[in-house]
Amino acid sequence: MKIVIPKIDVNKIASHSIKISEKTLAKSELANEFLLGIGNVVLFIQRIFTEMFSGRAEFKEFIYQCYQMGNKSLPLISVTGTIMGLVLTIQSRPVLAEFGAESLLPGMVAISLIREIGPVITGLICAGKIGSGIGAELGSMKVTEQIEAMEVSSTNPMKFLVVTRVLATTVMLPLLVLYADALGIIGSWIGANIKGDVTISLFFSQAFSQVGFNDFIPSVIKSFFFGAVIGIVGCYKGYNAGRGTESVGKAANSAVVIGSLLVLIVDVIAVQITDMLL
Amino acid sequence: MEKPELNNNQTDAIIEVKNLQIKFGKQEVLKDVTLNLYKGENLVVLGKSGSGKSVLIKCIVNLLTFKNGTIKVFGDDILLMNRNEISSMRKKIGFLFQSGALYDSMTVKENIEFPLRRIKSELNEKEIDEKVKEVLENVGLIDSINKMPSQLSGGMRKRISLARTIVIDPLIMLYDEPTTGLDPITANEISELIKNIQEKYNTASIIITHDIHCARTTADRLVMLREGEIYLEGNLKQFEESKDEMIMSFFK
Repeated sequence: MKIVIPKIDVNKIASHSIKISEKTLAKSELANEFLLGIGNVVLFIQRIFTEMFSGRAEFKEFIYQCYQMGNKSLPLISVTGTIMGLVLTIQSRPVLAEFGAESLLPGMVAISLIREIGPVITGLICAGKIGSGIGAELGSMKVTEQIEAMEVSSTNPMKFLVVTRVLATTVMLPLLVLYADALGIIGSWIGANIKGDVTISLFFSQAFSQVGFNDFIPSVIKSFFFGAVIGIVGCYKGYNAGRGTESVGKAANSAVVIGSLLVLIVDVIAVQITDMLL
Repeated sequence: MEKPELNNNQTDAIIEVKNLQIKFGKQEVLKDVTLNLYKGENLVVLGKSGSGKSVLIKCIVNLLTFKNGTIKVFGDDILLMNRNEISSMRKKIGFLFQSGALYDSMTVKENIEFPLRRIKSELNEKEIDEKVKEVLENVGLIDSINKMPSQLSGGMRKRISLARTIVIDPLIMLYDEPTTGLDPITANEISELIKNIQEKYNTASIIITHDIHCARTTADRLVMLREGEIYLEGNLKQFEESKDEMIMSFFK
């Protein structure tokens, strides 16, 4: 019997194995990069906390940033807050009317706004407006060597630029959320008056008769976290921007995308915790 | 490689760089650089773009870290310094960035006040005002005191940046391509200004440049870097008389 040995194309096998090893290497590099990124974020947050509690506080810059972030966001938050309340009322009214429950409208709108819609919409708007602003500002400071100039002026840029901005977003976000909630209820009153006639004092007393501290406190607490997340992401992306001008756009863009995503993730976690505790 | 004898008898090195090596990934930017800066002298570092000139001065102020080699500033090894010591060392050094690096969100006055308030915290408001006006007069831009950086031309930005650097009375000045991107007249004015600062404040300076006119105006001594190594070290005359092709292409 004659044994036939199949022809083995060594070159083909070698090239195939090279391709496989290249693909494996590319995947491991990606995983490596991802893990390195997480490690850098953790170190960045650790540095923020270390700098926050060490040395002289940059109080003047913190107040300036609060003014920049809070005051300059007011027009956008005002319009959004009012429209949220107005639209929610116009859309809910016919459904409630069907069940003869129109009197519950102020309370329902107030609870929806305070518990969920106000913080989340304000958080998302701030992730867009404030987050991109921080990312672009710090990114362009990095590109134009302004951060290095600060360092050689014996100023700690981490403390002066990052800590102040993270604290400012953390403090201002809950205030902006409460402001948006208030304007949302006013918007709701305007909506209620399109087809009815309710005085503002009656509307507010009906709204707040349904709202308790249990609605306010979780909302304020999660707004703090939204603010911290927006500030940290914006600062991290801007502070670690690359060298070219293109990286400024990338820093701003990824600050918005990641910031918005994290606001929603924090919201899901906050809702779960609130649900367990209350 | 040509290494002519140095023509100076200075002994007080205030910056000593020894066997400095820097790598970015696999790219070796500085291979084995050794040089000294002496009291009151202007040392010009020449070289093509990408030869590691800016990296060298960024290592001196610890903006870039390194593992191989030593850098001593005023006799202290910067690798052995803690954060506070590095901060104290930086207070004695002025750094002029290539882009000027003026803070966009601040006026000219605020830009100059920024390092002054932090480094010379003992000064009162009146003294700060006087100091700001003095340096602005020195760079000839007192009229721009309330302008924003966006309202200034390239040359004006460099001058303001220079004013911001000298306001802290540094003992050492590090200039990163001070005349790059400027028209010849403004570039000459900046070079003259650098020379005047050396004379007026008695500073020692390292001037990174590839502008030969700037080198001719300011240099007491020159070093040429090539591919991360010192290619030639000497005074202006030695450079001008060199028959080396690369040096000649710079000085023709």
